[in-house]
Amino acid sequence: MAEINTEGGGKKKGPGVKKGKKLSTRVDLTPMVDLGFLLITFFIFTTTMSQPTAMRLYLPKDTERQEEQTKVKESGALTILLGSNDRIFYYEGKLADDQSNVVETDFANVRDVIINKKKTTDPEDFVVVIKPGPTSVYRNTVDILDEMTINAVKRYALVDISDVELTMVQKIEAGQ
Amino acid sequence: MPKIKVPRKSTAVDMTAMCDVAFLLLSFFILTSKFKPSEELSVVTPSSVATETALENDVVLITMDAEGRAYFSVSDDAEEQKRKIIDEVNSERNLNLTDAEKAGFLRAGSYVGVPFSQLKSFLSMTAKERTQVELPGIPIDSANNELRVWLKAAQNAFMGQKMNLMLKGDNEAKYPTFKGVLDALKANDMLKFQLITSPDAIPEGTEFYRIQQLKAKGIEVSDGD
Repeated sequence: MAEINTEGGGKKKGPGVKKGKKLSTRVDLTPMVDLGFLLITFFIFTTTMSQPTAMRLYLPKDTERQEEQTKVKESGALTILLGSNDRIFYYEGKLADDQSNVVETDFANVRDVIINKKKTTDPEDFVVVIKPGPTSVYRNTVDILDEMTINAVKRYALVDISDVELTMVQKIEAGQ
Repeated sequence: MPKIKVPRKSTAVDMTAMCDVAFLLLSFFILTSKFKPSEELSVVTPSSVATETALENDVVLITMDAEGRAYFSVSDDAEEQKRKIIDEVNSERNLNLTDAEKAGFLRAGSYVGVPFSQLKSFLSMTAKERTQVELPGIPIDSANNELRVWLKAAQNAFMGQKMNLMLKGDNEAKYPTFKGVLDALKANDMLKFQLITSPDAIPEGTEFYRIQQLKAKGIEVSDGD
């Protein structure tokens, strides 16, 4: 029968009564601590991983009236065209008639292109025009918008690709 | 001179206190962590350097999947607005939805991914059945942009309240889908919204990195909005 010995240790028992061995009540807690910290690490890792962030995007209002539209100086404009398979084409200023000023780049190098253009133009005139093609994916658009944040480009616009540019991009992509 | 007797001490340390701390922290993390609800739409979001965490209340969410289909959903805490939205869509499009079908929209975690013509049968499905059928998505092309109607209803339902408009797109969604969603938003004059992304490290040495460093030191930097 389980019972608790409440008697003090000092009292002498009668002869023949076995002296109960006093067991320590201490338990080794080391494995429990190990387990505790293991679970903590698990929860720390699982919680921080799945926190989505939000990227703000403000669209300009569509307007037909000329006077409400934002004027852009051609010399300060950098136009970035997004093609298929993560390919990027860009040109500075106005698209030349023979399309000779179009350069191809990729997502690893587009940052340098933006930084260079930013350095060499008057901050007042600097504007980046982003034209995603129909074959580009959503990730490309977000990546480019992200580059605008990274390089602190204050003026940028998301514009539809024009037919001339589209045929040009398709021609380049088909040729290589 | 008497020898000094150094008492031999046990090397065992009392672990009770450490154990207490460990489990206290453990219970804290368990209580604060929120498990990701199993999502019926599998979308892999692109990453960005945005530091803001996505809000979870009063959210109107547009989801684009990899095949370019659009879905519309409202967060579960905005129950009253959800009811208004489905009522408005119902009367706007003369869908003759029954209360049971409306309940299919009001249910927690529900989303819409069909044109209006199929909405009636879609809403009468159970959540399990919805995952089994191939959903066509809400039409967003310029000729028939039904997402506009949904967004308009959402705008009216959240009238006078803060609505968190979010867009969650898959990496591989093609741009025309995004364009269709943007058109629907622009048509309703909803020009401020947020794109849900997964966090990414800020590349060192860039302008934004420098701004963040200054902000961390408590120096105000004008964003130049």
